[in-house]
Amino acid sequence: MESVLGRYRNLIILVGVLFLQVLGLAMQVKRSGTDEEKTRLIRIWAVDAVTPFERALVWVQNGTGNLWHNYFYLRGVRAENRQLKDQIEQMRLEQVRLADDAAQARRLQTLLAFKEQFISRTVAAQVIGSSGSDLSRIIYIDKGENAGIKRDMAVMTADGIVGKVLLVYPSVAQVLLISDQSSGVGALLEKSRLQGVLRGTSNGEVVLERVMSDEQVSPGETVLTSGGDQIFPKGLPVGTVTKVGSGRDLFLNIRIKPAADLSKLEEVLVLVEKQERQATAEDAVRMRASDILAQRLPSVPDKPAADANAVSGASGTTGASTAAAQPKTEMKPPIGTVTKPQGLTGSVKPGTATKVGIPGSPAPVVPKTSKSASGTSPVHGTSLPEQPIKPADSPSAVQKTTGGTDVPTVEAQPDASQTNPPGVPPKPVTPSTPPQANPQPPADENKPQ
Amino acid sequence: MPITYTSGEQVEVYRFSIPVTIGVPLLALFVQAFVPLRFPRFAVYIDLPLLVTIFFAMARRSPISGLLTGAVIGLAQDMLGHNPIGIYGIAKTVVGYGASSLGVKLDVENAGARFLVTLGFYLVHAAVYFTVAHGLVNMTQTWSWPRGILAGLANAFLGVVLYFVLDKFKQRT
Repeated sequence: MESVLGRYRNLIILVGVLFLQVLGLAMQVKRSGTDEEKTRLIRIWAVDAVTPFERALVWVQNGTGNLWHNYFYLRGVRAENRQLKDQIEQMRLEQVRLADDAAQARRLQTLLAFKEQFISRTVAAQVIGSSGSDLSRIIYIDKGENAGIKRDMAVMTADGIVGKVLLVYPSVAQVLLISDQSSGVGALLEKSRLQGVLRGTSNGEVVLERVMSDEQVSPGETVLTSGGDQIFPKGLPVGTVTKVGSGRDLFLNIRIKPAADLSKLEEVLVLVEKQERQATAEDAVRMRASDILAQRLPSVPDKPAADANAVSGASGTTGASTAAAQPKTEMKPPIGTVTKPQGLTGSVKPGTATKVGIPGSPAPVVPKTSKSASGTSPVHGTSLPEQPIKPADSPSAVQKTTGGTDVPTVEAQPDASQTNPPGVPPKPVTPSTPPQANPQPPADENKPQ
Repeated sequence: MPITYTSGEQVEVYRFSIPVTIGVPLLALFVQAFVPLRFPRFAVYIDLPLLVTIFFAMARRSPISGLLTGAVIGLAQDMLGHNPIGIYGIAKTVVGYGASSLGVKLDVENAGARFLVTLGFYLVHAAVYFTVAHGLVNMTQTWSWPRGILAGLANAFLGVVLYFVLDKFKQRT
């Protein structure tokens, strides 16, 4: 017996070690779903052994890169700066156009009592490592529990979604990429609004599943998150369709090119706080393309208060308080002056003009001196410039009609010219930028709200 | 007196110091986890922990130390991923045992033998991994011969270079 054991000792040990590992595997598979949590203690050893070196190397690498790029290699920076400034101008105009659409959408959502998820706080994190295996597409970020990161939080970049937090350690977190075959994201096609499930494949591709084969999907179409997974807020960019083919079981096989470059991730944002609330019409951005163009024009000097009083007094139909609250009505709105009408209602009773917006929605208190739109963007949470509210929004903001009747100027006014006193022609707004810098300013200005 | 793994009395066996025994596999894991951030294809074609496993197993020429080395390195590699722990462990245990058993019988000191051994064990490793992942864990896997051979060749080339570097750390018993 001893001779047999001695002769096959190596083989017996091999079988024993393999058996133990198979047993461990079987236990983990049986606990599917939460096995990451069950093996957390074991995994943290490897993570703690490797990530400090990765963190240090990333720090050195970034420091060296920053030193070189910020202090030495500045070739072409001026030209790039000019180009970026031009781009900012164009994007500001584009932003205004989109903000108009968003405002309209919010008003409609308010009418329908829709609730929407807003990104209220994100944490920026550095990517410091990966699993090192193409069969486990995960990355490690340098923020963990200490930074408020929890399991199942969405991870994204400015370009699009990246994945979700899978495991959290005190100072490190593991992120499962959307290209991993065990990941799943609710997604929809932007144009056709067809919904599907985004999955990774074993070779690292991303496919959209569960779209019926009789649907029309064309390459190039944008894919967004649908919000159905309760992890990613609706509307985040996912990628674009690259190839459409027939799949199994009457479903299409739609290949997606992720919007975020998953192979070259350096910094990511972890969505640590979402807020679900009902959209309000007051979230609308109160700035128009004409306002932006007007900022570049030489401004008309402010009229003295006496002039305004004189105008009011001359009209003889409003009291002094009205005149004080409405010092002037400008022909050209100053920076950030609000001229856009709010809400969908077309009329407001005199004396009830203190509330604007949709009936039933949280009514803002007016007059306001400034409004911060920070955090009102449903997706990116971008901060918009603070803008003073035009005097017409004030309780006593009334417009003189030719008949001398006071009419609140709160709702249903297409543009600023309607707030001008009679006899004062609106100043034409001349764009100071080339036409190509303004994609659709005339349409914006004339767009009915 | 460093702790060593030795086996066999008729063949030349080597030992390694503790820093090398711990540091080299750890460095391999670190590089394997870090480099794909800059070169994503690295993780697809290169398996540094496997090369280290084969090297230590062949140098020590002890099946038991070979399989234990493979098991430890494989399990550590599993811990860095999100798949169940043990898939890489089983695959590298088999490779460690096989490489050390082969090292007892063959001269694996020259570059040609090392190249072929590494190529062969890469395919063995891939086959065991595929079997375990597909059969035991029910992971969706696709087997690709061209990719396997290409990755095997890449690992074999890198292995030959790496082994010559690691030879510097060998200590005769």
